[in-house]
Amino acid sequence: MAKGSIVAGCLAPHPPHLVYAENPPQNEPNSEGGWEQLRWGYERLRDSLAKIDHDVLVILSPHWQTYVGTHFLGLSHFEGLSVDPIFPNLFRYSYDINIDVELSKAIHDKAADAGLAVKMMNNPDFRVDYGTITTGHMVNPAFDKPLVVISSNRSRHYYSVEVMQEMMMELGRATRDAILESGKKAVVLASNSLSHRHFTTESDVPEDMSREHIASHAMHLWDMRIIDYMRTGQAQRIIDEMPEFTEQAIAESDGGGLTWLLSTLTVPDYPAILHGYGTIIGTGNAIVEWPCYAHEEV
Amino acid sequence: MNDSILASYVVPVHPHPLLVPEQNEGWQRLRDAFDEARDQIAASDADVIIVYSTTWPSIIGHQIQADPNPTWTLVDQDFHDLGSMDYSFRIDVEFAEAWNKANHSRGLQSRTVAYNGFPIDVGSVVALKLLNPDNRIPAVIVSSNVYANRAETTVLAKACLDVLGKMGKKAVAVTAMSMSNRMFTEFIEASDDKIHSLKDDEWNRKVLEFLEEGRLEDVAQLSRTIHQQIRVQKVVTFKPMWWLSAMNNNRNDLTGKVLAYEALYGAGGAVVHLDPTSNGKGDKEYDEDDVETYQGERNVLDSEETDTSVAEASPNTGPALWNPAEGEDAVNTESAPKPVGLYPHARRVGDLLYLSGVGPRQPGTNAIPGGPIRDGNGSPLEYDIKEQTRAVVENIARILEEAGSSMEKVVDVTSFLVDMDRDFAGYNEVWAETLGHYGPTRTTLAIRALPTPIAVEMKVIAKI
Repeated sequence: MAKGSIVAGCLAPHPPHLVYAENPPQNEPNSEGGWEQLRWGYERLRDSLAKIDHDVLVILSPHWQTYVGTHFLGLSHFEGLSVDPIFPNLFRYSYDINIDVELSKAIHDKAADAGLAVKMMNNPDFRVDYGTITTGHMVNPAFDKPLVVISSNRSRHYYSVEVMQEMMMELGRATRDAILESGKKAVVLASNSLSHRHFTTESDVPEDMSREHIASHAMHLWDMRIIDYMRTGQAQRIIDEMPEFTEQAIAESDGGGLTWLLSTLTVPDYPAILHGYGTIIGTGNAIVEWPCYAHEEV
Repeated sequence: MNDSILASYVVPVHPHPLLVPEQNEGWQRLRDAFDEARDQIAASDADVIIVYSTTWPSIIGHQIQADPNPTWTLVDQDFHDLGSMDYSFRIDVEFAEAWNKANHSRGLQSRTVAYNGFPIDVGSVVALKLLNPDNRIPAVIVSSNVYANRAETTVLAKACLDVLGKMGKKAVAVTAMSMSNRMFTEFIEASDDKIHSLKDDEWNRKVLEFLEEGRLEDVAQLSRTIHQQIRVQKVVTFKPMWWLSAMNNNRNDLTGKVLAYEALYGAGGAVVHLDPTSNGKGDKEYDEDDVETYQGERNVLDSEETDTSVAEASPNTGPALWNPAEGEDAVNTESAPKPVGLYPHARRVGDLLYLSGVGPRQPGTNAIPGGPIRDGNGSPLEYDIKEQTRAVVENIARILEEAGSSMEKVVDVTSFLVDMDRDFAGYNEVWAETLGHYGPTRTTLAIRALPTPIAVEMKVIAKI
């Protein structure tokens, strides 16, 4: 069997506003658009990934929150209606996704061997979280490639960012090893935003872009700092500064996705491609691609 | 004193007592306690069960479930291997809508949700399936706002009490919450379950001792300390005790009983019954501000800078309140707001009734429906003239009723507006729906200010 590879790693945030703004047939609410900077960024990411041969998308979503271990979707097919509990006015999406159970189980087993608490999710009634659905839709709206879906273990809340990073670095290595052994070409996706302070009010017209901006200047400075590290191949500095970033920017990196992503890419020292940056209800969101295929032996 | 709350309960959020009580003796004891609470509720005269759930986080203010019959199958994100939870609940939509409106009147960001497939949270599902399995009593569910502070959570409860009083309904209040919420981070056998640490166990027992003594407000005021000591810093805090205490008028003399306290995968799970009957004790040892109207973070979507020192100031700064002047012909009622000087609510002269100027302030709370027009530093605030005008008319109706008169007998009205350009249309619309319907004469004047931060006041003459 040929050696598998990670062909690209992406920061691919999941605000449901982006799906709402696109008016896809799967989503019930209708909009007049909005958040174009980010949606154009996703267009550029999709164009980029379309040029790279890949078999599977591996997503870690901060909205499948597990407190006892890391979990993996373990059945081959899920379909249903995903309603965002926080923005149900924007996101009521009929999903139909396939899971690469073989690769899920392989990552699960590798992570277990590394000492992490892990569990397969085999309940057919389980509703897939809206973070996974949103990132999946924005990257591949046809959902014609199988997914591996990994939960966000909330170890940052139980312990610290440092402990979370240790666990996510380990999970990233297990993910990478399992992909390499699988013979498959994978795109790995961390479904999280950067700074994460929301507005607590919403415009009457949610897509009114005259109302959209970053929650505070401090959040903007943190987002730009982290993006600069990404664009200049300094991923290790992101890992190093993750505790301060997570605390001071109330960043969604607390879910472990960004650390896990950088670990799967062996903490890259080559520049990432920034496809787009924008704010959503005050939070900072970047769409970023690490083009592994150009820098690693694939 | 509000007497709308017949009983309050604290219940745990994890699904084990619902799905697999037989796997652990402690989980079974929690299930038995749920069943006992269920029987108590069934024997009560409750018109509605109100659930504040910590496992329903929200960001845009608070959300209130308003689907008349939410139906779905829930699977817990962590404990999916324990099984699925089918649910079909009966929601009091009229109450939900009224609560949402009352929230806005008290300055809160709030909205109802009524969408097919909306994911009702595990805490609410466990609570309602076990406490009200046949849906005999309609329910209302409210979220826990991740950014809400004590003031916002307290005002949320007061708005709920406003609605209960207005609708004349009796309620059971439920908080779906853990005590200590640290679970084991490794998988354990059901038989090995215990409270995660001795420290968590000791704090849980101290909190439960307070509740057993009916000292709910003491627990609420210790909420931040409790959170720091035994709560994993998830997005929600120990704020449900703020809500539950405010639902019980911030009392410390309730009659409490802990029906069960057990471990749920390391977290502290308790079923507690709080009876509003006074236990005869109850001195308050702590005293935080009693907030009537929320004036926290607002207008954050606007580009101008917000002065937080102003935003946090009390909106109700104004003249002292007086007891109404007594006299042979005076008409006074506790159902109308207290005067700002020594005068009665109304005075009889022959077969005529002269009312003092009536504003929108609420009796008892002094809250201003539609919001005050300025904060404590005099900075202008957004307000709803229609809400204020309706409240004025309601206060007039209460005074008329006390005097044996009624809206039909109103002869002449003089109205005062502090901003004619801004408010005349809204005021006029409510007038047409209410007093205007009965045909009194009317004069409307623009004035510079009123003594309290209100936008409208009316002076009424009526027949008796």
